[in-house]
Amino acid sequence: MVALTHEGLAPSRSAPVRRSPPKSFDRIFRLASFGSALLVLCVLAGILASMIYGGWPAFREFGFGFITSSVWDVQRDQYGAWVAIVGTLSTALVALVIGVPISLGIAIFLTQLCPPWLKRPVSTTIELLAAVPSIIYGMWGLFVFAPLFARFVQIPVSNLVEGIPIVGTIFHASVPSGVGILTAGIILAVMIVPFVASITRDIFDQIPPVLRESAYGIGCTTWEVVRHVLLPQAGVSIIGAVMLGLGRALGETMAVTFVIGNANRLSASLFDPGSTIASRIANEFNEALGLQLNALMALGCILFLVTFAVLVMARILVARVNAATR
Amino acid sequence: MTMNDVLTPTKMAKSQPWGRVRRGRYVADRALKVTCALFTALGAFVLGWILLMLIVEGVSGFSPALFTQTTPGPGTQGGGIANALVGSLILTFLGIAVATPIGVLAGTYLAEYGKGSKLAEVIRFLNDVLLAAPSILIGLFVYTLMVQPMGSYSGWAGGVALAIIAIPVIVRTTEDMLRLVPGSLREAGAALGAPLSTVIMQVSWRAARAGMVTGILLATARIAGETAPLLFTALNNNFWFKGNLMGGVSNLPVMIYQFALAPYQNWRELAWAGALIITMSILALSVVARLIVKRDHVR
Repeated sequence: MVALTHEGLAPSRSAPVRRSPPKSFDRIFRLASFGSALLVLCVLAGILASMIYGGWPAFREFGFGFITSSVWDVQRDQYGAWVAIVGTLSTALVALVIGVPISLGIAIFLTQLCPPWLKRPVSTTIELLAAVPSIIYGMWGLFVFAPLFARFVQIPVSNLVEGIPIVGTIFHASVPSGVGILTAGIILAVMIVPFVASITRDIFDQIPPVLRESAYGIGCTTWEVVRHVLLPQAGVSIIGAVMLGLGRALGETMAVTFVIGNANRLSASLFDPGSTIASRIANEFNEALGLQLNALMALGCILFLVTFAVLVMARILVARVNAATR
Repeated sequence: MTMNDVLTPTKMAKSQPWGRVRRGRYVADRALKVTCALFTALGAFVLGWILLMLIVEGVSGFSPALFTQTTPGPGTQGGGIANALVGSLILTFLGIAVATPIGVLAGTYLAEYGKGSKLAEVIRFLNDVLLAAPSILIGLFVYTLMVQPMGSYSGWAGGVALAIIAIPVIVRTTEDMLRLVPGSLREAGAALGAPLSTVIMQVSWRAARAGMVTGILLATARIAGETAPLLFTALNNNFWFKGNLMGGVSNLPVMIYQFALAPYQNWRELAWAGALIITMSILALSVVARLIVKRDHVR
């Protein structure tokens, strides 16, 4: 009996036998994947910890004044973040004002208007826009866009609005070189468009088609469907998508460093050069010593907290529609 | 889909004249359509413009020396970007080599083990945040973590910084891809008596392989052009890679950053040539990655 069974099994033994790994491997595999997942948490915590650790001396030295002071003087070792904060927020705001309508337009085009054969090429094109490295946007902005912008926008607009209160100040170009906060905002707008458009498109795609179809069925135009069905349905998720774009715009470094002009002064004009938190870190970090290094780290800490808050809020808002429609 | 097409007003308009629709509605509708199409065209136009700029400015810098000589010092003539190319390849490879096992395993945990667990939900959420975190902060983090304690800029630090950027991308795609694998496949594997690790490796990973490879390629494309995190970690120099990852490693993105703004004509030409090479490689990589798996399955 025993011999028979062995004989019966013999052919399969000559064939390659795939033995299941020992029990301990199962545990090791589980632990390894758990550890890798935890590593993601650790990295995020580590980023925050390193920023606080590095920036602590600056926070201690200047206290709350670090945020409100607009002095950044390496010679006197006095540092304040206000100029960089204002620059960061204003460039990001410009980027949103320009980028969001364009993103929505692209998302609506892709989901509602685009003929099926055109869908793949168009969405690939928009995605490739996101794949272009940030530094290339910087070079495009500085060497191609800025000169054109100076010639055809800055100088005419500046001349046009000269003397008008408020508007004249905002669009006054003291040195029309093309670089400045508005240019940085426009470049950022181009950079956030693919992200915001792709998320908005996903949101539109998740809205049950029957809603759209019934609206078309009672004779609505595309505009009315978008205005009264899609946008209300998408609701806060659109704001989430916009905030995701905001998170990108706040932290973008290389492109902004090229085109913002890296001036350390507060200016009321959008045409004037400024600096953002990221551009200042990129510019000064490698030569920084002592307290300046700490101040730059503290800037990084502020940037981290702001982008973290924005991104968390964005994800919560975007997740809401997913949960609602599922 | 065909239902939609039949029902869109553009199709109906052909049979039914717009004359019966209020003028305001017609105008609003047309305005929306034209604006949306224009915005989309604008996006395509900008991409075309950037590519055209790179080709026009970059091609003139192409020569055999570009691929054989090292980057020139200040004030010297000629030179190439061979060392930066090699350095970039090494750093990108190092980054992806570190990120792939970690990212795949973490994604596997989220999709296979962590179903319904609160911790997995938190990790998934924070991974999405890390996905969009400013890359310069990752540079600062690795500077504090590795460059400061070790006392010098190093290729290792550059590789780790790039890996940290690549990990969330790989985690996300791996998880999404594994979620698409039907549960019945796993159950079939488990019914044969295979332990969970075997089921995951032999069934889930195999089924999701194409998508996971896409994720890794996309992550490679993402880190290949990253400049900000390398500024404070790998830095840059004008020498060949000496088989030692300690000390600065020359790399394409930082080279472009330094050379593009330099006052020397030959430096600028090299920067443009480098920019053309890096952008084309990244775009090609992204296109290839998308061809592997239909886009709709990749998020």
